[in-house]
Amino acid sequence: MNRYRLLPSDEAAAILELAGDIADRELAPLADDFEERGEFPREAVRVLGRAGLLGLPYDEADGGGGQPYEVYLQVLEVLAYRWLTVAEAVSVHTLACYPLAAFGSSAQRAEYLPGLLGGELLGGYCLTEPAGGSDAAALTTRAVRDGEDYVVNGTKAWITHAGVADFYQVFCRTGGPGPAGVSCVFADASTPGIVPARPERKMGLNASPTAQIAFDDARVPAGRLVGEEGEGFRIAMSALDAGRLGIAACAIGLAQAACDYATGYAKERQQFGTRIIDFQGVGFMLADMATQIEAARQLTLHAARLKDAGRPYGIVAAQAKLFATDMAMKVTTDAVQVLGGYGYVRDHPVERYMREAKVLQIVEGTNQIQRMVISRTMSR
Amino acid sequence: MNIVVLVKQVPDSGAERSLAGDGNTVDRTGGTNVINEMDEYAIEEALRLKDETGGQVTLLTVGPDHALESVRKALSMGPDAAVHVSDEAIAGSDALGTAKVLAAALGTLEYDLILSGAESTDGGVQVMPHMLAELLDIAALTGARKLTADGDGFLVERQTEDGYEVVRASGKAIVSVWDTINTPRYPSLKGIMAAKRKPVTAVTLAELGVPAGEVGAAGAATTVLSAEPRPVRGAGQRVEDTGDGGEKLVEYLAAEKFV
Ligand SMILES: Cc1cc2nc3c(=O)[nH]c(=O)nc-3n(C[C@H](O)[C@H](O)[C@H](O)COP(=O)(O)OP(=O)(O)OC[C@H]3O[C@@H](n4cnc5c(N)ncnc54)[C@H](O)[C@@H]3O)c2cc1C
Repeated sequence: MNRYRLLPSDEAAAILELAGDIADRELAPLADDFEERGEFPREAVRVLGRAGLLGLPYDEADGGGGQPYEVYLQVLEVLAYRWLTVAEAVSVHTLACYPLAAFGSSAQRAEYLPGLLGGELLGGYCLTEPAGGSDAAALTTRAVRDGEDYVVNGTKAWITHAGVADFYQVFCRTGGPGPAGVSCVFADASTPGIVPARPERKMGLNASPTAQIAFDDARVPAGRLVGEEGEGFRIAMSALDAGRLGIAACAIGLAQAACDYATGYAKERQQFGTRIIDFQGVGFMLADMATQIEAARQLTLHAARLKDAGRPYGIVAAQAKLFATDMAMKVTTDAVQVLGGYGYVRDHPVERYMREAKVLQIVEGTNQIQRMVISRTMSR
Repeated sequence: MNIVVLVKQVPDSGAERSLAGDGNTVDRTGGTNVINEMDEYAIEEALRLKDETGGQVTLLTVGPDHALESVRKALSMGPDAAVHVSDEAIAGSDALGTAKVLAAALGTLEYDLILSGAESTDGGVQVMPHMLAELLDIAALTGARKLTADGDGFLVERQTEDGYEVVRASGKAIVSVWDTINTPRYPSLKGIMAAKRKPVTAVTLAELGVPAGEVGAAGAATTVLSAEPRPVRGAGQRVEDTGDGGEKLVEYLAAEKFV
């Protein structure tokens, strides 16, 4: 795959090769079984951590990999090609480290980031609530200052890594209603009063646990407030700008896997005495899949390169998330079609890809919300 | 303990491979080239011994300029330095020619132990350790599945068809390893960054004092007379199960020496 990639450095090529090796040897053999049983592959994620792949886009001074976002995203793509759950895990972990890396004080960064980025720990990002999904600024989880602590009460919903994470970034209300009353704290998962519920029974991505988390008088030291009180919503949105690109990269890797699988099948399967890929109806469908994937990849990398250059990139990131995840839904659906009946059963992976693609249109801002973000800027 | 590991860049055995235009040598220009798989186990074994006893691990490779990519990748696993012998006159060398070059290069290095893979996935002749042992006048302990530093020498469990032999050599030795000996580590991001700064010394035949006429296709002691592409896969054999299907399968597997 590297042949068609424009990479910024030799070490970027080496990092991608490393990610590909680990994905091929450590992830691919486990994916079907772990998804079937709904078990989170904690050990496989540790292998990535030990290889230095859990803190790629953050500063070396903070213990990160010092890599441009465009390299990090291509690593995610390579991982998603083999197993979406793991790519998603890296993406969510990277998102959970973002508030501290971008908004933490130098003392907080020095104290916590090397551990968070070191590869042994895994993070969760707690923004969504049962009643506050797309309208995240309506969140009601409260943090009240009491001596040296914040006491947190409320319920978060749909939290990836609930129950398996080592730390959580928690967005909670310290002030009045609306965005201005939101703050961001980060808490050890072992904090008394942080209680993950039973994982949701999802349509796909079953190896990745998603659950509600109850905060019941959970005491978080005041020194773990990230940024100022009231700055939380801005931090959450800034993190999501970057995080959305991670979801786009996951979508591209997933779609590429579906396209490659369908192509391989279409070259083997014969009907009417001909390989089905030689029927124009099938060949053109595959051509469209490959073209849409490449377009999504380039839009996503363009957004990443804007970010790397320090330019505004939020709108392009929203466009990339929207385009790449809608693309992945279409491509994985078409991959099932290429396999016909064989695509609809679990003996081939494409039905799983199709179930997994769906969630990417929902998380980190539904695709309606992406369109809202884009059109709102246009209407100004 | 100072260890030299022999590494070779080979065409990826997972991809389609072909012979060069002359019909008799491996095409090394197209496709993807990788570190010979078995060599990664030799590197891991060297790093493991270094962790125990200290010292330096140096990689030694003979090959064209693009072999350097594989050397950098191997360095990202952890070795300290590399020596790359590159010279147009080497192209087309047979095993003996390559052994002469390696032996000359090893003569310029300080080592207690030489490690190599038990075979390469391209040539697959398995003679290099023996040839080098002869040229360097040291012991060859080949086909190891276990290696331990043992007093003034080395102790090896040597894998055979039906078990293993325990062999020991005093003094310097060359040990070749199979993939049963360990699980090679992955490189890491840190290793990749560090590899950029590790010294890779390029040397030519003249610098090693090897006459160009002794190596290369002209100096080769063996010649490939002809080569043929692998026959296309046949139709396969079907076993009808009329109650004795299992037995027939076992008979077939036994005839093909799988069981
Ligand atoms: C598997 C999974 C993992 C997740 N992981 C996390 C996590 O780790 N952390 C976290 O904080 N959250 C997480 N989420 C939550 C996710 O971000 C939310 O589900 C998402 O933001 C949508 O919120 P909602 O589900 O409440 O839907 P709602 O907001 O209720 O939306 C329902 C529908 O209405 C549409 N809609 C809503 N508002 C508008 C509008 N203004 N204009 C047009 N259409 C609108 C939506 O697009 C959607 O189609 C996860 C969700 C899932 C499914």
